[in-house]
Amino acid sequence: MTTVSADRLARVFVEFADTLVDEFDLIEFFQLLASRTAALLDASPVGLLIADPRGRLEFMAASDENVKLLELFQVQNQEGPCLDAYRSGTPVINADLRAAESRWPSFAARAVAAGYRSVHAFPLRLRQEKIGALNVFSATAGGRLEDSDVQIVQALADVAAIGLLQQRAISRAELLTEQLQGALNSRIIIEQAKGVVAQARGTSVDEAFDLIRTYSRNHSRRLGDVASAVVTDLSSIPELSRPQGNSH
Amino acid sequence: MERVRSLIAAEPTPLHDLDGIRGLMLRLCAAMGRVVGASGVGLTVMAKDGVRGVIVATDPATERLEELQYTLGEGPCVDAFGRQHPVLVPSLADGAMTRWPTYAPAAYDAGIRAVFAFPLQVGGARLGIMDVFRSHPGALSGEEFRLALTFADAAVSTLLDSQAQVPASDDLDDRLGDPLGSRTELFQAQGMVMAQLGTNLHDAMARMRAYAYAENRHLADVASDVVARRLRFDPDPS
Repeated sequence: MTTVSADRLARVFVEFADTLVDEFDLIEFFQLLASRTAALLDASPVGLLIADPRGRLEFMAASDENVKLLELFQVQNQEGPCLDAYRSGTPVINADLRAAESRWPSFAARAVAAGYRSVHAFPLRLRQEKIGALNVFSATAGGRLEDSDVQIVQALADVAAIGLLQQRAISRAELLTEQLQGALNSRIIIEQAKGVVAQARGTSVDEAFDLIRTYSRNHSRRLGDVASAVVTDLSSIPELSRPQGNSH
Repeated sequence: MERVRSLIAAEPTPLHDLDGIRGLMLRLCAAMGRVVGASGVGLTVMAKDGVRGVIVATDPATERLEELQYTLGEGPCVDAFGRQHPVLVPSLADGAMTRWPTYAPAAYDAGIRAVFAFPLQVGGARLGIMDVFRSHPGALSGEEFRLALTFADAAVSTLLDSQAQVPASDDLDDRLGDPLGSRTELFQAQGMVMAQLGTNLHDAMARMRAYAYAENRHLADVASDVVARRLRFDPDPS
């Protein structure tokens, strides 16, 4: 399906390594992983689910964020390729959604209705440690991943997992747990911020997310920090609080 | 959550602070401490402006340790509130002394060897902190950690319902609890209601729970109506 140049791939690996050595923000890192993986796979939507301490998969980041995709990520805390990949520790590749209704009745029906034909899920894990799963959707009938693509995506997922677990190895044993909990809460703040902006601007929640993300990028601020400002003091960001049509 | 609810309900009623939110919180702390073998559990409720409000603790020594963090402005609890994630300190002797140069030695002298601080929060709504103290070093097991998170969730529900004057009941918790799969919409609705009321997330969440209770509806359905703009909350409830 894709021909990834070695040069392009190398740049992604370097970018990951560079992100992980800095004072890094987990949500930003997960967003980077999702969007770079999507870019390597001809812009197929990519999402990341992270297991909470109770073993429930929670949506954390995606290359493309909209209500329909979010629903497909969320339903996988009950069934779906990510739950299978997370539990088994092995990837689920080229699952034909139209033939998957007995395997994942609720997930497959929703995914087909959303226009997807095949799905893939890669575990985020290192040896015995399981963190979550990475999800790739394909809209076209030919949306198969070749063996080389599978190896590349799993390598990206492995590098991400090693990077995260390495963070923990070099500092305190509790650090990853604390940070994952923080990231889960940051994701809740992002959803709350979508609601605040949707109400203030009179938009859909999807449009609200685009506004928040665009603002974050234009001002070189972290998505999580902007979301936090929105839910604590929206008036501190007039661009996001004005009703639509009044922006400049 | 059912297990944690029944543990709290089974906790003997303390002789003092029988009524109200203090009594409920005290029982929650005592039940929490019992299941993880804590030497003490303290819980601080923050006022909406982030200023320290009420402290409850299982015993006077724990209450002093809780109070001390605010007096000094340092400690696991202060960090957990500020950073919005749990702060887990399985050994106060390792690194904690430089991280909290005044608090850590004081806690150590009081016989504390491990501290675990859990924020009482839902996204941007920060209601307080629960601190679990132990007189022996060592990490919480996976099961103890999960239990602590569930106790923290129970504390959040109790605080919100006491604000909205919704009576506590097991049935209510089933109905208001977060059902699987629809949480994103619930959080988005909290943000929308906050903007409708022109207040904060804390009030928005309390109002949504009170409405679901009064209308005998599931919280997820109320959230769904809010996001679909079939339901809107009025800034003035009267």
